[in-house]
Amino acid sequence: MSGNSTYEPKNGLSRWLDARLPIMRLAHDTMSTFPTPRNLNVWYTFGGILTFCLGVQIVTGIVLAMHYTPTAAAAFDSVENIRREVNYGWLLNFIHSNGASMFFLAVYLHMFRGLYYGSSKAPREVLWILGVIIYVVMVATAFLGYVLPWGQMSFWAATVITNLFTSLDQIIPHLGGAHDPGLGTTITQWLWGGFAVGDPTLNRFFSLHYLLPFVIAGLVVLHIWALHVPGNNNPLGIDVKGPQDTVPFHPYYTVKDGFYLCLFVILFAFLVFFAPDFVGNPDNYTTANPLVTPPHIVPEWYLLPFYAMLRSIPQKLVGVLVLFGAIATLLFVPWLDTSRVRSMRFRPMMKQFFWIFVADCILLGYLGSQEPQAVWHLGGVDMPLLWPARIGTLYYFAFFWVIMPVIGLIETPRPRPDSIAASVLGNAQAAE
Amino acid sequence: MRIALPLAVVFALVVPALADDAANTTDPLPPKEVAFPFQGPFGTYDREQLQRGFQVYKEVCSACHSLNRIAYHDLDGIGFDAAQIKALAAAAKIPAEPNDKGETYDSDGQRLTRPGIPADTLPAPFANEKAARANNNGALPPDLSVIVKAREGGAAYVYSILSGFGQKPPPGFHVLANKYYNPYFAGRNISMPPPLTEGAVTYSDGTTASVDQEAKDVVTFLSWASEPKMEERKRMGFEVILFLLALAGLLYLSYRRVWRDMH
Amino acid sequence: MATTNTAEPTRRDFIHIATGTVAAVGVGLAAWPFIDQMNPSSAVLALSSVEIDIGSVQEGQQSVFMWRSKPVFVRRRTKKEIAEAEAVSMNDLPDKLARNLNLPEDAPATDKNRIEKPEWLVVIGICTHLGCIPLNNQGEFGGYLCPCHGSQYDTAGRIRKGPAPENLAVPPYAFIGPTKLKIG
Repeated sequence: MSGNSTYEPKNGLSRWLDARLPIMRLAHDTMSTFPTPRNLNVWYTFGGILTFCLGVQIVTGIVLAMHYTPTAAAAFDSVENIRREVNYGWLLNFIHSNGASMFFLAVYLHMFRGLYYGSSKAPREVLWILGVIIYVVMVATAFLGYVLPWGQMSFWAATVITNLFTSLDQIIPHLGGAHDPGLGTTITQWLWGGFAVGDPTLNRFFSLHYLLPFVIAGLVVLHIWALHVPGNNNPLGIDVKGPQDTVPFHPYYTVKDGFYLCLFVILFAFLVFFAPDFVGNPDNYTTANPLVTPPHIVPEWYLLPFYAMLRSIPQKLVGVLVLFGAIATLLFVPWLDTSRVRSMRFRPMMKQFFWIFVADCILLGYLGSQEPQAVWHLGGVDMPLLWPARIGTLYYFAFFWVIMPVIGLIETPRPRPDSIAASVLGNAQAAE
Repeated sequence: MRIALPLAVVFALVVPALADDAANTTDPLPPKEVAFPFQGPFGTYDREQLQRGFQVYKEVCSACHSLNRIAYHDLDGIGFDAAQIKALAAAAKIPAEPNDKGETYDSDGQRLTRPGIPADTLPAPFANEKAARANNNGALPPDLSVIVKAREGGAAYVYSILSGFGQKPPPGFHVLANKYYNPYFAGRNISMPPPLTEGAVTYSDGTTASVDQEAKDVVTFLSWASEPKMEERKRMGFEVILFLLALAGLLYLSYRRVWRDMH
Repeated sequence: MATTNTAEPTRRDFIHIATGTVAAVGVGLAAWPFIDQMNPSSAVLALSSVEIDIGSVQEGQQSVFMWRSKPVFVRRRTKKEIAEAEAVSMNDLPDKLARNLNLPEDAPATDKNRIEKPEWLVVIGICTHLGCIPLNNQGEFGGYLCPCHGSQYDTAGRIRKGPAPENLAVPPYAFIGPTKLKIG
């Protein structure tokens, strides 16, 4: 896509095709000869791993849909039927349900990597924003999918998440007369197709859950396109200066990505075959019951930090705004990071705030998993978990909106190597 | 949320222990520590124990609890052969389809039944939820098909409930009307009367039918019922992971070869 | 670095070829569950044999039972229908094979080879042309007429006229009582 193609059709048929649809040329230039910085480390293998995850979810999802029934009366039984009676149904089901967790594990590592090495900064802003959009659509898809088994957690997740929109009633309490529902209630009932989560909701969620992965696939194509215009960033964060700084994508990164993908799949297989319910919740093995909310409801682990933020805010509308604001903030990162230097390897101060941020996300995840009224004993003083959650939320926003722009301006970065090649050779010499 | 466990370990190192709300006598005890041979990556079911557990279900539990997702043909998984399955099914009374006159009840108001076939699921004790509640002081005996997966604590929890009756409530604890004291149950007031008694069943293999033995057997059977494909899953898991380790080794060699000239 | 320059390329190739082969085998094996999931499930297979009571079928009538989600015609033939079916010459039969799963594949399509007891005709009620359900007691031969493309069958379920290539199939069955049939 960069314009200077090295593809040479080898025979008559490929010349014929190349003149009409240069698809082999596209494949050759983007997947084979594409010049890639020679110093990409293990954290750069998650792009390939994520593509794999998307493929696995789509393929297992399509076959599961062949056996699934999206009605409130039959959904739970149809999932049990998949696990019990369909040939290898248990395997496909466990791959799909655990695949969501593996997908999010990979995407979070991919995002932290991008943040650490300054991959969002010019000229890769569009690449980063497309990534954030992909992440948002992933969250939506995962949420819709979690509703489909129609267990207790499915049902109450659907209820709680769709109820987020009722907070808009605080902006417009009544559309029309004093007894008409407000903006939020109107939107929520539109989402439900009724006055509560029910059959129409399940059916449309199934439809959208089937659709959105293909939207993600389209966004991934744009994401890779936007990657291939400026080329990969790299752990040094410095620009590629010439051919001595790069290697062709194949075989160097196909084999490297392949090796790390295999390690990732081993972890994936361990979950699927030996701990298939580890990331699940026992309550989702009970059929949805609109009359009984389970005593402790939590979202899937990958949404726990946002859940903690939502619960830490005592005002309904503000809580919802904070929840969505936390994700929307990511869109501004390319401009919030004011540093001249991309990679935090050369930013001693920012690096520390980055690791505190990682710990903060894990802390928020832990807090999100606890019961809302939980209390810590700190040296004889009782502290509700609400307070660390509030501090964690505050740090999350401060990291992006205060620390990132300010540190970028006041920090003195460490000297950077002249080129990727010089750095790689220098390391090799140092290692000898 | 089981994922909370590793996270809790991490934070137990940096934050003080979680508060234990003023010890409340209605809070359930943690499940008994009990290990079952089917647990762990190598664990498999003992077919004889599964069949004993099925006997306990059939002769005791099935009076109140359905097992809707198990069909007779599924029982090949606990070691019954085709003839045994057919005999078991034929002995069951399955609600009949409408007869030639379109009737499903006889003149006495009794539900018409027919002998089962292997494709039938085990018949439920009550026709519907309302009938189940009407016969159980308003409580609904849950379906047991996935009970072991549907409860925090799994097999150990179900075992604790079944073997946790007969203890003396702490002073001041109020056992409600039509309820029984069971310290492992949330609230400790359970609607289920103590289901297992010494010798409640007679095992054909000569195993002594103590309450503990019956509880372990039926929990083993119910664990199997929650995931009949567990053994297949673990077996395939070993094959898949061994294969992936070999592939990872080869990929590593390839990777080193390709990159060898680059440093 | 002990290997010589001439030996190295083959060894290098070998590792890549081995890796690629093992990976390809892995992908191939992983494909099987995705294919097999579309095969009949164990719940469906459990229904592969059914026992039916045919006592209520009157002479000259037929009842339809389901076996493997297919209609099975059980027809209690009249003396006249039996006689007609027995009298048919093999030369008048477009399909000369019995198509009876209880008999060898090359058994001829005599009336005797189409039935277990003369009174009872048991056939899968699916036209061998394109899968429609033939109508009972219609057509020129007193048997069946397929509404889709006009195939006509006689009182032994044999094709006599029209586009269907084969006689109506006889399912595997056995009498397990005077009026009890086990199909499958």
